[in-house]
Amino acid sequence: MVKVISPVLVLFVVLILLGSLGFFIWAKQPAIARVSPPAASNFDQTTIAKGAMLASMGYCTDCHTVQGGASFAGGYPVPTPFGTIYGSNITPDPQTGIGNWSEAAFLRAMHDGVARNGTYLYPAFPYNHFTLVSDDDVKAIYAYLMTRQPVHNAVPAPKLPFPLNIRLVLVGWNLLFFHDGRFRADPSQSAKWNRGAYIAEGLGHCAACHTPHNALGAEIDAAAYAGGESEGWLAPALNRTSPAPAPWTEGELVAYLRSGLAQTHGMAAGPMSGVTENLQTLSKSDLDALATYIASFEPPPSPAKTAGAVAAADKTAYSITAAQQMNLQGPAGTGEAIFATACASCHFQGGDQPFYRPVAMGLSSVVHLPGPGNFIEIVLHGVQPPPGARGRWMPPFAGVLTPDQIVLLTQYVRSHFTDAAAWTQINQTVAHIEKEEGQ
Amino acid sequence: MIKLHVNGVENQLDADPITPLLYVLRNELKLNSAKFGCGLGQCGACTVLIDDHPVFSCITPISLLEGRSVTTLEGLGTSRNPGVVQQAFIDEQAAQCGYCIPGMIMRSHALLRQNRSPTDQQIRDWMQPNLCRCGTHMRIMSAIRRAAGRVS
Repeated sequence: MVKVISPVLVLFVVLILLGSLGFFIWAKQPAIARVSPPAASNFDQTTIAKGAMLASMGYCTDCHTVQGGASFAGGYPVPTPFGTIYGSNITPDPQTGIGNWSEAAFLRAMHDGVARNGTYLYPAFPYNHFTLVSDDDVKAIYAYLMTRQPVHNAVPAPKLPFPLNIRLVLVGWNLLFFHDGRFRADPSQSAKWNRGAYIAEGLGHCAACHTPHNALGAEIDAAAYAGGESEGWLAPALNRTSPAPAPWTEGELVAYLRSGLAQTHGMAAGPMSGVTENLQTLSKSDLDALATYIASFEPPPSPAKTAGAVAAADKTAYSITAAQQMNLQGPAGTGEAIFATACASCHFQGGDQPFYRPVAMGLSSVVHLPGPGNFIEIVLHGVQPPPGARGRWMPPFAGVLTPDQIVLLTQYVRSHFTDAAAWTQINQTVAHIEKEEGQ
Repeated sequence: MIKLHVNGVENQLDADPITPLLYVLRNELKLNSAKFGCGLGQCGACTVLIDDHPVFSCITPISLLEGRSVTTLEGLGTSRNPGVVQQAFIDEQAAQCGYCIPGMIMRSHALLRQNRSPTDQQIRDWMQPNLCRCGTHMRIMSAIRRAAGRVS
């Protein structure tokens, strides 16, 4: 029996094929012609210096430098839920970097997420934020990058599954989630607030970590700053759903962003330590503006709420005599005994501490987070400043504490120092982090 | 009482459970290679191995170590018969005042057991927790390179 193919079906298929072809022709971005690497004399020192500060504001080095490697030479593996993407080489090397990029090509990459040769960039590069940055600021960053030492370093291709490894799928992603356009000030807010918003939403790309992402990896605008994640760490909520007992005041934010420590919240750790390190180069007025903007996510803090949180934390604080009064005999078999012996020698209240007073556990943001991952990471690996940088320190306890002891300690700290629901998945989280470490 | 294996010998310890391992090693067991530097887990002079993992013994209470195995510098060799890493440190004359060296040797020994040919960057990253005030870092690097591939 011969099956007759319906002419309607044929027409339908042809139309779809033509439509797709037309779409891809429309979506394809032209390459921007190569240029010879511009000489350093093309840029004036003021612009280069401004670009250096702006590059710090965007933490470019965090993703575009591997630990111990040349700055901006790329190769840093950025873990995403979809696969690993490697930070590109943004030194002016003509073969492996951006040496052949004109200023126009650099502007298009920052504002539209398209590389010089016309390929789409993955949104792990936060062009959805950098599109807000003014032309002048992007040009200053260009001047700074093009006057760095060129480094020949070919970066591995992204490790992504089909179909995500076809960059044209990003055309659809951009249609759905990307809003092209420069920053527009909100006239109902102060100039200071608007400067902070420009920094945070543009180069600072705070929301890339602190806002939850949908299944396609785009920020959920309706839940802005409700907490997200970064490289396996929880990025705490910065809005009214912040889990921290004490509210963030502008003063606390300035201290935190400047020095990496807020006395009623904790230390910058994980991916955030690179952020606070970079922010040290910001001017005082820019840092104040950033704090003003971020503080506005929460209802205005009242001194009474802070005082209440501090008083509550005092009640759960561990006194140095408590450990002695426990009259421990033999091995530490409970979470409290582990805390008393391994943690309380620094994390106690009252008396003199050796270097500086650790944040009261009852105020610590980390023990109030929805999941135990950050706490366990900090217990295992401690907190250290980035290599070569100054900063605060907590020693690591990996190798000291067994996985069972970490689980007991984690359960104890959560139940003793917070009123929040017990953490689930503690066993699995410890196992997962230890496995990652072993690799 | 807490049971502790040190350099292959089992010890029954009657110390306060909160006592840091360093004090027990030096004062009770007379193993004086691990040094008191800062007492805060910041300098690495007190580094010993617990089950092959380098730790700061000054902040490790013995109550956590029931049944675990501790290795100190004395466990790697003697002055007559030094271990591979110890010999490499001697050959490269990596010590100046020498206070940090037992900790340096213990941490590098742990690295070379799991990585037979570390790159310079891997050595630098791994050794970062241990500080040396004399500045013999380049010789310490050379000693670690010299011992690479020969630690079992």
